[in-house]
Amino acid sequence: MTGDDNLIEVRGLRSQFGTHVVHDGLDFEVHRGEIQGIVGGSGSGKSVLLNTILGLKDPDGGEIFFEGHARSKMRRRDRAALERRWGVLFQNGALFSSLTVQENVMAPLREHIKMPVSLMREIADLKIGLSGLPDHAGNKLPSELSGGMKKRAGIARALAMDPDILFLDEPTAGLDPIGASEFDNLILELSQALGLTVIMITHDLDSLHAICDRVAVIADKRIVANEPLSTLTQHSHPWIQEYFGGPRGRAVLRQPHKEG
Amino acid sequence: MRNAAVAKTENHAIIPPQGAASLPLLTNRGPLLATTFADTARAEAELITRNEDGKVIVEPRGDWVVETIGRFDSQLKRIEEGYEPGDIIIDLTSLKRIDTSGAYLLGRTLSRCGDPDGDWHYIGDHGPARRLMADMRKRLASCPPVEEDEGGIIAVMARIGRGLEGAWSETVDTFAFFGRTVTTFSSIALIPARLRLTATVHLMETTGVNALPIIAVLSFFIGAVVAFMGANLLETFGASVFTVELVGLSVLREFGVLITAILLAGRSDSAFTAAIGSMKMQQEIDAMKVMGLDPFEVLVIPRVVACVIMAPLLTFAAMLTGVIGGALVSWATLDISPAFFIQRMQDTIDYTHFMVGMSKAPVFGLVIAIIGCRHGLQVGGDVESLGSRVTTSVVQSIFAVIVIDALFALLYLELDI
Repeated sequence: MTGDDNLIEVRGLRSQFGTHVVHDGLDFEVHRGEIQGIVGGSGSGKSVLLNTILGLKDPDGGEIFFEGHARSKMRRRDRAALERRWGVLFQNGALFSSLTVQENVMAPLREHIKMPVSLMREIADLKIGLSGLPDHAGNKLPSELSGGMKKRAGIARALAMDPDILFLDEPTAGLDPIGASEFDNLILELSQALGLTVIMITHDLDSLHAICDRVAVIADKRIVANEPLSTLTQHSHPWIQEYFGGPRGRAVLRQPHKEG
Repeated sequence: MRNAAVAKTENHAIIPPQGAASLPLLTNRGPLLATTFADTARAEAELITRNEDGKVIVEPRGDWVVETIGRFDSQLKRIEEGYEPGDIIIDLTSLKRIDTSGAYLLGRTLSRCGDPDGDWHYIGDHGPARRLMADMRKRLASCPPVEEDEGGIIAVMARIGRGLEGAWSETVDTFAFFGRTVTTFSSIALIPARLRLTATVHLMETTGVNALPIIAVLSFFIGAVVAFMGANLLETFGASVFTVELVGLSVLREFGVLITAILLAGRSDSAFTAAIGSMKMQQEIDAMKVMGLDPFEVLVIPRVVACVIMAPLLTFAAMLTGVIGGALVSWATLDISPAFFIQRMQDTIDYTHFMVGMSKAPVFGLVIAIIGCRHGLQVGGDVESLGSRVTTSVVQSIFAVIVIDALFALLYLELDI
């Protein structure tokens, strides 16, 4: 049941809020080293799925496996070790507002790792550089940054511990097309250079098209398809047809697809 | 130690460094979750340096990942500073996994070198390490150090100066805000239909009615405490009956209204600042402005009106319970019956004392509402400023209440009331 290639597997997930069932029997797997996109209508439970995988919400049924280890059976120490292997970019960056960008990136290092503060600063600067922020951004407070810069700072913080897995919640939402495509390139570049597995929720058809290896579609309370975009568009599910068959979808699909 | 490390290499089934270029994973990660992952990694990292023919050979061993490299920082810094960059050679043969932080630290040793990627700097082949080191060198964004103020007497003076200037501009702003409130209020007074009646009544309930129990209870205890102290002290002079005057005067003139004002400042003023401030953060105030609504009319005036009306009513309740508290204590400790207490109060305490206390209440209510609303509208875009504004507004309004109370005392002293 658990293939070697699967970094994360979700089996039979059920999520509900009161009587409102969001997921029912949802199965989902993420392959190692891939950029995995997640799409779905508003309120279809994309963020709930992400939060459940991250452990911010307990599943109401079903199980989540990391490399074949069931999350619910993990010991606390293993869970902590696991949590140090991933980085998360929340929708609005979720930067600590009282800390500068550099201090934000240093925060996980300070908490988890024993090293001289000067080296921490250098590593934070390195991550800030990796995220494509200019030099002087490090001393700024989050409130002084533009939306795009906040997202980059969020990525820098997510990368602080050199994670294996990067979770991104709508990374390009609210960015202008130039900024969004720069951000797509950044994610692609980072995932290639650092061997990251990336799981991203997105509504941005361009980023799905440009960087995602596979795209999972949430509809009818489960994942109805999880395949590369080129075959996904042929899928017969009505929601998928509507999503990719609409004018925006068609415009994107006319462009040449990501290589490999 | 070395043998153990080699054996581990096989166990980990890592990607052989030579072939890494063609594989997607550059960093040769081990399993994501091995129970002993953290421990093995931490135990494995090592740094060995040796001198050969005047050159220094730096040999990192094991896993150079962010968790393990902290302790090599100073050693590598010494090598970087102590040797000619051309004499530093990095031996990568025993290096296993490496991540960006490890690559950065290792690559930093050669940062003064003109050609840090030259093959002659390296022994052994480790594709990922070489590539990451070259990459990381390019990517470092060196954030300029924050300029810190000089210490000493000048800094102290500068700080005092800034504080005074800030206090002055705060005062000016408060008066400006007061002026704007008055003009807005007068324009509303001409067309009373523009007053938001529903909002005002709702605010009267939250700031007034809901505050009634706590204010009543606190004032009751204050009255009781005053009676206790007076009873003890006056009994020694055989003048314990003057406790009635003591309680009556202090509660009517000062305590009733002060307790009310301070509680309003702590309770309603902070609520005003937080409510208006979070609306400001969510751009709700901007939305009002573009719809042609005046935030003063919609947000400030109802709060000011509610506070000005409710403060005297609350004060009255506070006076009442304060006197009751005093009367009960007198009854218990001095055998002054409530009937006698009230009789004596009527005989000895002039009606004007009650009026003095009541006259201050609307002023305090006005000041509290204005300070709370002003700070709410000054909240910036971040959460930090919301917190600091709420604190400042509570502190300022309590400060203002006490200062104004002192001014009233002076005024009534001059007027002989």
